[in-house]
This record gives sequence, structure tokens and C-alpha cells, in this order.
Amino acid sequence: MTTKSITEMPSVGYGATLWRIIKSFGLLRESWVGMIGAFLVLFWVFIAVFAPLIAQFDPNAAIQPFAKPGTVGASGGTFWLGTDHMGRDILSRIVWGSRTVLFYAPIATVSAYTVGILMGLMAGYRGGLVDDILSRISDIILSFPVLVLYIIVIATIGASGFNIVIAITFASSPGIMRIVRGLVLDLRNRDYVAAAQTRGESDWRIMLFEILPNARGPLIVDACLRLGYVIITIGVLGFLGLGLPPPDPDWGGMVNETRQMAMVFPHMTMFPCIAISSLILGFNLLADGLREISLRD
Amino acid sequence: MVLLLLKRIGFMIFTMIIVSMILFMLLETGLTGDPATRVLGNFASDEQKELWRDQHGYNQMVVVRYAKWLGNFATGDLGTSIRYKGPVKEVLLPRLWNTAILGFWTFAIMIPLSLTLGVLSGMKEGSLLDRGISVFGILTTSVPEFASAVFFSALFVFGLKWLPGTSSMASGFEFKQLILPAMVLVVYDFGYVARMTRASMAEVMTSQYIRSAVLKGLPYRQVIIRHALRNALIAPFTVIMLQINWLLSGVIVVEFFFAYKGFGALLLEASLNNDIALLEACAMVAVVVAVSSQTLADIGYTFLNPRIRFS
Amino acid sequence: MNDKQDPVLVCKDLCISYYTRAGEIPAVVDFSLTVKPGETIGIVGESGCGKSTVAMAIMQYMGANGGIKSGSIMFKGRDLTTLSEDELRSIRGSEISMIYQEPFASLNPSLKISTQLMEVPLAHENISKKEARKRSVQMLEDVKLPDPERVMESYPHQLSGGQQQRVVIAMGLLSNPSLLLLDEPTTALDVTVEAGIVNLIADISKKFGTSQIYISHNLGLILETCDRVFVMYSGEVVEEGTINSLFTWPKHPYTHGLFSCIPLPTTDKNAAPLKPIRGQLPLPFERPSGCYFGPRCDHFKKGLCDQDHFRMENVEGSAPDHRVRCLQYKELDHTKEASGETVKESLNIGKRVLNVDGMKKYYEVKDTSLTAFISGKSVRFVKANEELNFTAHESETVAIVGESGCGKSTFAKVLMGLEAGTEGEIRHNGKDISDIEVRDRSTKQIRSLQMVFQNPFDTLNPSHSIGGQISRVIRQFGIETDKKKIFDRVMTLLDTVKLPRDFYFRKPRQLSGGQKQRIGIARAFAGNPGIVICDEPVSALDVSVAAAVTELLMDIQREHKTTLLFISHDLSVVRYLSDRIVVMYLGHILERGSTEEIFAPPYHPYTEALLSAVPIADPEITKRKIVLEGNLPSAMNPPKGCPFCTRCHRKIGDICDNEMPQDQVVSDRHVIKCHIPIEELNQIKPVIRIPDKSERVHAD
Repeated sequence: MTTKSITEMPSVGYGATLWRIIKSFGLLRESWVGMIGAFLVLFWVFIAVFAPLIAQFDPNAAIQPFAKPGTVGASGGTFWLGTDHMGRDILSRIVWGSRTVLFYAPIATVSAYTVGILMGLMAGYRGGLVDDILSRISDIILSFPVLVLYIIVIATIGASGFNIVIAITFASSPGIMRIVRGLVLDLRNRDYVAAAQTRGESDWRIMLFEILPNARGPLIVDACLRLGYVIITIGVLGFLGLGLPPPDPDWGGMVNETRQMAMVFPHMTMFPCIAISSLILGFNLLADGLREISLRD
Repeated sequence: MVLLLLKRIGFMIFTMIIVSMILFMLLETGLTGDPATRVLGNFASDEQKELWRDQHGYNQMVVVRYAKWLGNFATGDLGTSIRYKGPVKEVLLPRLWNTAILGFWTFAIMIPLSLTLGVLSGMKEGSLLDRGISVFGILTTSVPEFASAVFFSALFVFGLKWLPGTSSMASGFEFKQLILPAMVLVVYDFGYVARMTRASMAEVMTSQYIRSAVLKGLPYRQVIIRHALRNALIAPFTVIMLQINWLLSGVIVVEFFFAYKGFGALLLEASLNNDIALLEACAMVAVVVAVSSQTLADIGYTFLNPRIRFS
Repeated sequence: MNDKQDPVLVCKDLCISYYTRAGEIPAVVDFSLTVKPGETIGIVGESGCGKSTVAMAIMQYMGANGGIKSGSIMFKGRDLTTLSEDELRSIRGSEISMIYQEPFASLNPSLKISTQLMEVPLAHENISKKEARKRSVQMLEDVKLPDPERVMESYPHQLSGGQQQRVVIAMGLLSNPSLLLLDEPTTALDVTVEAGIVNLIADISKKFGTSQIYISHNLGLILETCDRVFVMYSGEVVEEGTINSLFTWPKHPYTHGLFSCIPLPTTDKNAAPLKPIRGQLPLPFERPSGCYFGPRCDHFKKGLCDQDHFRMENVEGSAPDHRVRCLQYKELDHTKEASGETVKESLNIGKRVLNVDGMKKYYEVKDTSLTAFISGKSVRFVKANEELNFTAHESETVAIVGESGCGKSTFAKVLMGLEAGTEGEIRHNGKDISDIEVRDRSTKQIRSLQMVFQNPFDTLNPSHSIGGQISRVIRQFGIETDKKKIFDRVMTLLDTVKLPRDFYFRKPRQLSGGQKQRIGIARAFAGNPGIVICDEPVSALDVSVAAAVTELLMDIQREHKTTLLFISHDLSVVRYLSDRIVVMYLGHILERGSTEEIFAPPYHPYTEALLSAVPIADPEITKRKIVLEGNLPSAMNPPKGCPFCTRCHRKIGDICDNEMPQDQVVSDRHVIKCHIPIEELNQIKPVIRIPDKSERVHAD
């Protein structure tokens, strides 16, 4: 190595963390469960990114109602998955719907994590009154049944993409805070934290540089799982009619709109269900694979 | 110990009061939009809105209204439902009872099943049974309730034609109609509880006191039942109590899907129809049930864990 | 011990391996052992030598991936490796029992002691519950537990560590086994508690006729309890013999090396320092051909010691069962080892740098019990430090000695500024720092007062590289700001702690315990501190590694003239390297003075008990045995009078219970806090008697 790169601060900082995350995907080779999960996730990411190229039709265009899967459209193109009761191509709706999901879910999760991590660090490290207040608040929020909480929040602030992100952040951050707090309580008794304290390091520096990097294992696993939960939430809210307003394609909404006709036209409900289940399965398997690997370390 | 109990119960009451305040602020005050506009719609005239507000006592001071409302609530007067045009109590209680029935059967099947399979797979970590249950558990928790409802309907209602598609109990109580909703709930939650139990059991099985018990020459059965289970089942017990909280969420989707006249469907209806009194009442009931079950879980854990009980 | 009877256990040519995904790991390579009835055998070795694996193999409990590759284990004529699970079950607990290292972890936290005791005889013999209960109570008495009925009704967490271990021993002996395996049974216990357990173990053979296999890394403990000893290195036995033959004439270079690593009363940090064994234990699949110890041996002869694997030989001229695995043992004379070359210079003690004056530290604790609620007094005090008085000079090593709960860690925290003292002063270079917390101290103050921590595995942040962590420290202390200069300084520090320079880029998990501790030392000395607090820096390390780290500390101290405050419970190490000693108990200083003064009468009764409890690995040194009864009082409820009154063996009466003793000055800087007058204390016979060189059989 050249002198220049040696004297730069090696391996501290969050750029390095991102690189490590990418590297750890290579580790998944050790866990076939994780590999399948990663494959599923990447599959949907690919579809979401290339949606305009994959979908043959405009997802909101009413073309030919009640077409069975595989029917060829009047003006060319095939309805590979059939059309719904309003004549929209289901495949295109699913493809574009993946964009919605894979846009809002990560944002909501990241937002929840930011709030949760900050709260958890403060509660776990500082302790005392700060911990008491934050823990009480999180206990109160967590004592609501989750969906009831969502319904009430959405009922009051209305349904929109942004509001859903707010609702999810609000409902998920206490759980994350609890996990981070538990990890911090364990890690702050380590000698290297005491060493940093005896050097006079500031609290925030210790929380972010000494403690948080060592908590990343369980947090990464939890993040994958939580992405799964968030996707379920978005789907359920859509199903209950509290999700994104129509006509934008929303997997949950698609199921709700078409379930009355499921007896005669099962394809309209089945495909969105398979889509959402496979994506969630991908994240769950990925989380399991990552957990296996971190246990083996 | 007694002090601990009192603290817990005190906190429970404290939580419920805070929650009621939050609910009240959100729904009854103008914090998030004028209630009159919400109920009467945007096109009502200002006079109509004012009249409505007066009629429903919205022009008094917030604190007074809150006190009145809380007082009413405590004495059983839950207000009037706009949609059902009658006292909320009369609509709420039978629905609550229906959900209780559904919940009972769900738990009656789910708990023994998940505990048994969780313990068995934890005992034989890494075995085929263990891997199978793990995979099955991941699969079932990856399918949202509405999706599994769709799949089960397709199979049992449309395909095999064994079960009815809706559970509205139109002609009196029919057990058959309870099967699909319960099945959806059981399948979804089983995975989580089974995996928690498995994790707890596996951790206990690798502990040093189990090694001591084996090396004392005790029969394997005694090691499992007397030594392992006693410690392994503490965590799952609390988890199961917390599933009551989960159940209140889960029933919303299931009842909605199968048109089962339960509490969850009522809550949803109330929110979609802006039926404020009903929504408040449902929310409060949900919170009371949830917080009580959590407190019970806490107390139970304290009781089951000798380290805390005798210290 | 009956020589004519058949042996209880015979292990022959045992070869045990673990089968993991990474391949086969041969943990034990060639192990043979014979145990006669009533005999106590010691197996001594460092971590990774395979001694615990052998114990598990005897119990046939090696886990899913361990297996006996070859060899046999004959227990009373039956080969344990061929028995079925049912047959093994009937042997375990009734014929062979095991005692483990962590007593609390070995007991089920959710079951009463009575249940856990009674199920042993109930499972193996056909007796009634009443009879089982009677025997359990009797056994609790036999292991000297006071109030056995109360213990029967308790849960494990309600007992102290020493009591728990006695319960585990009782559990092991209930069905009168022929063989008892003890795997480091006292490592997790305090020194004075350990002495009691060791005493008990030594009595077991006499009382019950049980044979014992005692596994430890501490040669002193082996000396006190065993009749014969086996020394293991890297999976095989390298020397075996009776206590007398092996301890007086160790023949194998490794055995001899081990003895040179232990601070005995005859070592002196300047005149006869410790001689650490160079090199590192080889990994199981990196064992060299021929003698495994070869690469680290000073007498290694190429062409002789690195050929085929060789067997044990009987030592000529010694007892018939003294055997050694060394091809050169006849030629080697360890007594002629070059001891002159490593004499080190002694230090001149300089001016005073630290003055602790009447320092108190009380913690406030909110009492949530019902009684407090009713009486209104809900705040109680834990008196962690009470009226501490002592001084430290430049280049001096002051040891703070005490067991758990004595307050030494609290004192370290106040000194470092992690906590603020409640009363009193700590003057460092003139300035009182007792109430200044770290965040308010100047950089200069911070870097002149640093700490080396106890647990090497936690002392470094696992997420950052070594170089990064040390660089950060250098930058923070404001020593250098230029990147190149910082880098050079890190390299210099790595040289000082004798680690290769490319460790800069490594992560902590790639380092061994000893190496991590060296980095911890480098980090503490990065800012040229005036005082360094060492909190049990070597107690978690193996003997040979500990010796190397201890010597490193001494060397650095010589170079920088640093004052060391050495916190420890290990009086052997303390005697070796400290100039002055402070003895703490329950927050008080009971005695303080120079090392010679502490180790000779007059003693404080607690000091006397501590000295008696320390295991010494020299068979010619005699000790008086003093075992403390009673329990350590709770820190929240200390005795009104002398803190030691509940356990003191020289208690003179009610005055000890009711009045706090005053400091009695024996000489300048030697103070004892006791009611017994100095004249009487002076009459006490010394605890440790070291024979003159002329009296010794083995001149070293």
C-alpha cells in the first residue's frame, strides 16, 4: 500500500459500512436460503427499475375487461396475466405496482430506522430520565394493536403516499428503538467504550463510532425483516382501502377491487397475491440467511 | 413484589388515560380537520356545520369535553353511532363477542400446535423436522392475511367447494363459517410463535444446566420436562399473551374479507364512514384489551421467573 | 490410596478430534492416564491443550461433532467408548460425576436446590423421597454449608458463588461416585472463597475415598490438592509424575518454562525476573512434526527434535511413574539455565505524584422494597469507598488488592473521572481531581492518567482496525497532528509492545488475547502518561502469555518512569511486581505498606487470610492454613463496626462488631486498621515460610 492510503483513516466511517454491506452479499454464497431470498428481491428490484420496458400496456388504461390470461389483445400485445374488471392489463399493473411498493417501503423503513436508532442510542446510552421518557412513550405506542394504530392515524391525517410513510415511521420506530436500546445497554459496558470515555470522547462520538458499528449485525437482519413487514402493511392498507388513492396500481388495492369476482375470474386476485408474497418471502429468506451467517462468524 | 404489581397496574391505567387523551385530541378536536366537515362533507354550509357542532357539544372547552367524555366512557355510555343510528354499546358488544369466539378458536388450535412443534424442533436443532418447520414458518409469515385468504378461498371454496365463502352467519351460528377465518389467522401466526418457541428451546438445550442434568445421569424425559421446558416456556408464554394484541389487528383483515360481523370489521367501517363515536369506542376497547393483556404478560413473566419472584 | 487395588480409570492412547465444516481438528493426540482408587490426579495445561476435551471424553459428552478417533477409556474394567446411552446414563452421576467452572450456570435457575439435589439419588437408587432428602441435607453439611435446611429451600440465585459451588460438589457426591472430575472449579471464585473450596476438595478423597481428576491451569492449586500431575501441551501429555518429583525436578522444557513464568516468592522483578516462553501455541492443524513444543524450545535440536512423533519415557533416577516426552532430557540441566543475563535495572522511586486523602464514594440507590415505601426512607447509600488514604510516587508500582465488592473498581472509576468522588481529595501533581469528571478535564490531565483494562477481548473495538484506533488516541491527546507523524508514532508504539508492524491493518478479531492486551497497553501509553491504572490486566490470560505481558509492563515502566497502580486479586503477581500494597475490603483500606511489610507480620487478619489463600507452586514453601467462615456482607448493609467482623478469625469481641477500628501506624507508610494492638499482631507467626537456599533440595 502506498503511504498516502495508509495515513488516511482506514475503515472508520459509513462509506466503509456500505462497502461492507455489498461485500456481505458475496458471503451469502454460504447460505442457500439467503441466496434464494436475495434472488427474489433482486428479481423484483429489476422489474421495478425496468418497469417501463417490461410492461406492454399503460397500467391504468381500460382496454379489454375480463380477459383470461394469455389472451391476445385486439390491437396487438398479449395479456399474459389477463385483465381485470375494468379492462386493465394485470401484468402491467403488477409491474408498475412493484415500483410503488419498492419506492415507499424502503423510504418508510429508512425513516423509521433513523428515528428509532437515534432514540435507541439516547435511551440506551444516556439512561436516566431520557431513557424513562422515551421508553414510556414507546411502550404507549407499542401497546396499540398495529393495524388499529394505522387505521386511526390514516383516518385522521388522510391517505397518501407521504402520510403512509409518516404512519409507518410512527408505528415502527418504537420497536426499533427497543431493539437498539437493548443492544446499546449490552455494548456500553464493554471495555473499549470505557476506554473511549476515559479519553474524554464526546457522547455522540461514542454512540455513533464505538457502539453503533458493533450493533450492525442484528440491525441488518432486523432491517430485512422489517422491510417485509412494511410491505405487508402497505399491502394490507391498500387492501382495506386506506392505501394510496386510485387509480395508481397498488397490489393490495388490486386484490380488494377484484375479490368479489374471484369465483369466476380467480386470476385477478391470485397474481397480485403471488407477487406480494414472493417479494416478502424474498426479504424473509434474506434475513434468515444473514442471521445464519452472522451466527457462524 | 407487591410493589411491582402495583406499579404495573398503575402504568396500565396511566397508558389508557394517555391514549384516551391522544384519541380525543385526534378525533374530537379540530386538530386534524374539522369534525363537522368530516361528517357532513365539504359542501355543507357553514351554518349547518355550526349547528351540528352545537348539537354535538363541540363548542365547549376542550378540557370540559374531555372530562365529560371520559366520564361517559367510564360509566358505560359510549355515545351514539352515526351510521347505525343508535347507542354504540348495542352495536359494539355483540360484535366484540363474535370476535372473542373467533379469537378463542384461533388460539385453541394455534397454541398447542405451535408450542409442540416449536419444542420438538428446538430439541432436535438442525434436524429435518427443525428445518422443515423453519421453512414452513417463514413461508407462512411471508403471505399476508388477505393473500392467504385468497389462496384458501380459491382452494376450499371455489376449488373443492367444501367451505362457504363468507362468514356472515346470516342464518344463526354455523361452525363451518368460522373455519376459514380461523385458518387464515392460525396459519399466519403459527409461524411466528413456533419459531420463538424453537429459539427459546434451542437456547435452553445448549445451556450448561442442561448439560449438568444430562451428566447427572437423569433420564432424558426428565431432563426435557423438568429441566428444559420450565425455562424454555417462559418466553413463549409472554409472546402468546402478546398475540392477543396481534389478534386485534389480524381480525380486521380477516373479518373484512369474510364479512364476519366482528369487532375488527366494525372498527374499519367506523373509520371509513367517519363515525366518530363508534371509532373512539372501538379504539378505546382495542387499547384496553391490548394493554391489559400486556400487563398480564408482564406480571406472568415476573411470576414465572424465580429470579425475579424471589429477590 | 491403595496401590494393590485395580485402577479406577485407565485412558490408553486416546486420540480425540472435532469434525467441523472446516475439516478435522485433532484436539487430543496421545493421552494416557491411570487413576487409582482414592487418588487425586491433576491435569495442568494452558488453553487449547485439550484438558477439558479429555474430561468431556471421559463423560462421553463431546457434542455433535466431537469423537474419539482411537484409544480406549476403561472405567472399572468397562470400555466407556463402547457402552450404550442407557449404560452411560446409569454411570453418570452415580459412578462418575463432574464439577464445572461456573457454578451458577451449572444449576437450573428455575428449580429449588432440594429438587436438584434429590433427583440424583432418586434417579440411580431405589430409595424413598424422604431418604433422598435426608441424604441431601447430610451432604450439604458435609460440604460445610451453614444452615442446610435453608439452602435446600433456596433457588440458585439466592446463594453466593462459593455456596453454589459447594452445592454443585454436593450434587456430584450424593451417589457416592468412584470418580469425580473437576474442571477448573474455582476459576470464577474469589481467592478466599477458593481456598475454602480447595480445602474441601482435598478432604474429599480422605472422607469418601473418591478418586478425583482435577483440571486447572494453576500449578499452585494442583500442588495443594493432587497426588500426581499430568502436564499437557497441544493435545498430548509431555510430562507426568508425583507432585514431589515433578515440582522439584521438572524435566520437560515446557514444564520448566511454565515454572519460570509463575511469580513465586523467590522471583524478583529486577534480580530474577519472569522468563516468558517465546512463541505461540500452534493451531491444531499446524502442529510441527516431531516434538510439538520444538519451535518454542530453547534446546531445540534440528534433526533430532523434528523427526517422527515419539513417546513418553521413564525418567531415570526418579520415581518410577515420572515420565517425560523429551529426547534430550538426560542432557539438559535446567538448574544451569542462564539466569544472570536477564537481570534488569531497578528503578529509583521519585517524588510523590498521587495523594489520596480521605476519599469517599457513595452511590445513591433507590430502595423500592415495601419497607422503604412505608418508612419513607427510599434512598440508601452503597458505600463503595470509605476514607481512602494512600500515596504513590514516580516510578513506583502500587498494588490495590482485594476481592469482589472491595471497591477497587469504584476507586479506579473515580480516579479516571468516570465518576465523581463524594468527599475527600485525590491530588494528582498537586491538583485535586476527585470531583472533576473526564469531560471537564484538560487534555493534558487526561493523557497523563490512563488505564489498561481487564478483559482483552473487549478492550478493543471490533469494528475498527488496530492502527485506526491508536491513531485516534494519538490525535485526541494532541500529541501529533501531522498524518505522517501519527503513523510513525503508531509504528513506534507497536515496536514498544513487541508486535509486528503490519498489525496496523489488522482487525482485533485476528489477534489473540495476549496480543490484544499488548495493544491495550500501547494505547494507554500512547500519550506518555504519568500514572497508568492496570485493572487486572493479566488475570484473563494464560500463564505464559501473562508472564510476557507482565514483563512488558515492567519494561515500559522502566523506560518511561511511569507510576503503575496495579489492581489485582492475585497476590503472587502483586508480590512480584509491586513496591507498595494497599489491601481493601468492603470499601475500606485495612492495611497498607511496602511489599515486604505486607508479606511479613504484623498482619491485618484479612491480609493474613489472603496470604494463606494464595496458591504457591513451590513444594518446599510451607503455608499456614486459614479458612474464613461466614459471608461477605452486602455493600448496602455494612457492619456497624469493622467491615471484616463477620468473617474474622481473630475477632476479639463486641468491640469489633460495634466500633470502627482506627488506623494504627506501624511505621512510616505502613498502617493497619484493626482493634488488635500492634504488639499482639507482631507476635503472629508468618503465614508463608520460605526455606533458606541451604535447606532446599532443589537449588534454583
